[in-house]
Amino acid sequence: MHLAYPAVLSVLLFCTGLYGVLARRNAILVLMSVELMLNAVNLNLVAFDVWLSRAARDALHSGQALTLFTIAIAAAEIGIGLAIVLAVYRARGTSDIDKLRDTAETRPGPGDDGTEPAAPAMAEKTEAAA
Amino acid sequence: MTLAASSHGFLSPTGVEVAFLLVGIVTLGAAVITVTTKQLVHAALWLVVALGGLAVEYLLLTAEFIAWVQVLIYVGSVVVLLLFGLMLTRAPIGRSPDADSGNRWAALTVAVAAAAALVWVVVDAFRTTWIDLDGAAGGADGGSTAVTGASLFQSWVLPFEALSVLLLAALVGAIVLSRKAAAEGERPQGSTNKAPSDKGKAPSDKDTAPSGKDQAASGKEGVR
Repeated sequence: MHLAYPAVLSVLLFCTGLYGVLARRNAILVLMSVELMLNAVNLNLVAFDVWLSRAARDALHSGQALTLFTIAIAAAEIGIGLAIVLAVYRARGTSDIDKLRDTAETRPGPGDDGTEPAAPAMAEKTEAAA
Repeated sequence: MTLAASSHGFLSPTGVEVAFLLVGIVTLGAAVITVTTKQLVHAALWLVVALGGLAVEYLLLTAEFIAWVQVLIYVGSVVVLLLFGLMLTRAPIGRSPDADSGNRWAALTVAVAAAAALVWVVVDAFRTTWIDLDGAAGGADGGSTAVTGASLFQSWVLPFEALSVLLLAALVGAIVLSRKAAAEGERPQGSTNKAPSDKGKAPSDKDTAPSGKDQAASGKEGVR
């Protein structure tokens, strides 16, 4: 099999996940897109492992071992990520990442984003600090 | 490499390549629907198709063990976790028009530019590289469970054990995150956190409250 087939497929999957991470608004959909990117990396690892092990340049099966490690880390990541999303949802009542702007600098100019929700954001910050 | 290039035709796909291409098209289509659909639960279900397609691709690349691990962990547990997360955050069932944020055109530009650059580089770099899938090493299948287990427990034991510690840490971390949020969320929500949390919660409560009442009403009718 030509190596370009799995490599190009994993590139396209990675860029699809990149678009999802940048364009989605719900935090859980962002996590799904992160999973797509991780799977693209896994496909790349498996393809190169098969190529290199058949070319007798890698006897350790490092690509497949790394794929297993990546899958386990992705499972841990999705667990922690969902716990964080649920904690944020419980504290704020939303999982909309466009509304979580506590660490954003308040803009002095138009004032539609920065100045108006500053007071509840400050209240939540003090509550979170306490 | 030049010998391999001369022994293979340039654009004469084998059966495995055709199967890989077809499954890849299905996988990529499911992934695109996952990141573009307006219905949140449908996104999780299309993610199942994408991950299952990737498992088939692993099988075509003779990595059997990785394929079944993919089916077990991703399709079996990660998607279920994502669905639970969608339900616990009261994601709207049906179309939600604000699933994409305002910067989706910038995101599309970045993704298409990255895809073009990476595809160009990858195709240019591996133009004359072929994977020998026919088992040149005397039928020793490189991705079978025996070979993977031997290499995992001979060469990769130390990372494997470190990974189990990491999984334990993730487990404890998830429990601590949810417990701490529950313990702190109960106390101040009556006193201080009322105004900001209600402000955020009002639309979602409006969305879900009628369905809850309907369910309660139907439950009562069922009891009667």
